[in-house]
Amino acid sequence: MEIKVLKNILSANDEIAERNRALLDKNNVFAVNIMASPGAGKTSLILETIRRLKDKIRIGVIEGDITSSVDAEKVGKEGVPVVQINTGGGCHLDANMIQNALGNMTLEDIDLLLIENVGNLVCPAEFTIGDHKKVLVSSTPEGHDKPFKYPLMFHTVDAVLLNKIDLKPYLDFDLEIFSQAVKGINEKVEVIPISCIGGQGIERWLSWLLIQMGRKP
Amino acid sequence: MHELAITQSMLDIVLDQAEKAEAERVLAVKLSVGELSGFVEESVQFYFNFLVKGTIAEGATVSFTMVPAKARCRNCARVFKLKEFDWSCPDCGQDSIEITDGKELFVESIEVE
Ligand SMILES: Nc1nc2c(ncn2[C@@H]2O[C@H](COP(=O)(O)OP(=O)(O)O)[C@@H](O)[C@H]2O)c(=O)[nH]1
Ligand SMILES: [Mg+2]
Ligand SMILES: [Zn+2]
Repeated sequence: MEIKVLKNILSANDEIAERNRALLDKNNVFAVNIMASPGAGKTSLILETIRRLKDKIRIGVIEGDITSSVDAEKVGKEGVPVVQINTGGGCHLDANMIQNALGNMTLEDIDLLLIENVGNLVCPAEFTIGDHKKVLVSSTPEGHDKPFKYPLMFHTVDAVLLNKIDLKPYLDFDLEIFSQAVKGINEKVEVIPISCIGGQGIERWLSWLLIQMGRKP
Repeated sequence: MHELAITQSMLDIVLDQAEKAEAERVLAVKLSVGELSGFVEESVQFYFNFLVKGTIAEGATVSFTMVPAKARCRNCARVFKLKEFDWSCPDCGQDSIEITDGKELFVESIEVE
């Protein structure tokens, strides 16, 4: 006997993600899922964001990058609460991991939760975790054809931060082609060229972020 | 990749459905997998054979229907098969699209007795 099922394999994950979001909402925490290839600048962006915003809003961080606890230590030095997730070599964060991490945080004391996802452009696009906004950090040395290689990721996010714009003079990176490709697959996305080293575009990223949070930039 | 976790979720759905149907055995599982999902067939079968041991799905076969990636042109609404490294519409040439197909990851049906 054949039974029609038609059930999304990721539905169990999606259900936990919904619960995560409800928990965050209840505590007025705004969560941002930060995704990128390894080395694109996720940790640098988180550090820069903390330094510039920590006097204004209370920030917490979930570190999911597999590389080591080095990132968590760097973030911890900035004096914000940070929880390290051990994905056990996994290629993405899932809703269950976030649920456990949230259980280890004092959510009442956090306004903005920055989540560093595992460095990977495939799987994190498919696994919902319960965030409010998804941000992709893409960097100039990775080339302007990244959107064509990872359409699902570029299609999924709310903002694309093009990092390492300071290196552009040394590369054959074409900003026009990149922006068009990104907008082509994701009409509403915000594309913001930034440099976590030189500081270009960081103010624009922060205003975008604060507006998403419903605050004055 | 994350095939182990996915295979486990897939098996949970399969066993749940089989139980609801009061089946004694699961003979086959049919999946729909989008081309954009980055899903590797071989490793799913491998993990499946490992995870089903001792369940009523032991020995079941897994088959895949690949769903090609498709997009809708935002200019003229034509739906076309997504090419690599190119979003341009075969009709009007514009390169602004909405992905319509290729993200699926579904248990289509199961064969039980
Ligand atoms: N030139 C340049 N280097 C950067 C920039 N942002 C980050 N980096 C460097 O890129 C490397 C990887 O950054 P990291 O934030 O650890 O990347 P992650 O793996 O995505 O977390 C580090 O050596 C950073 O100093 C930038 O805007 N410009
Ligand atoms: Mg990092
Ligand atoms: Zn068209």
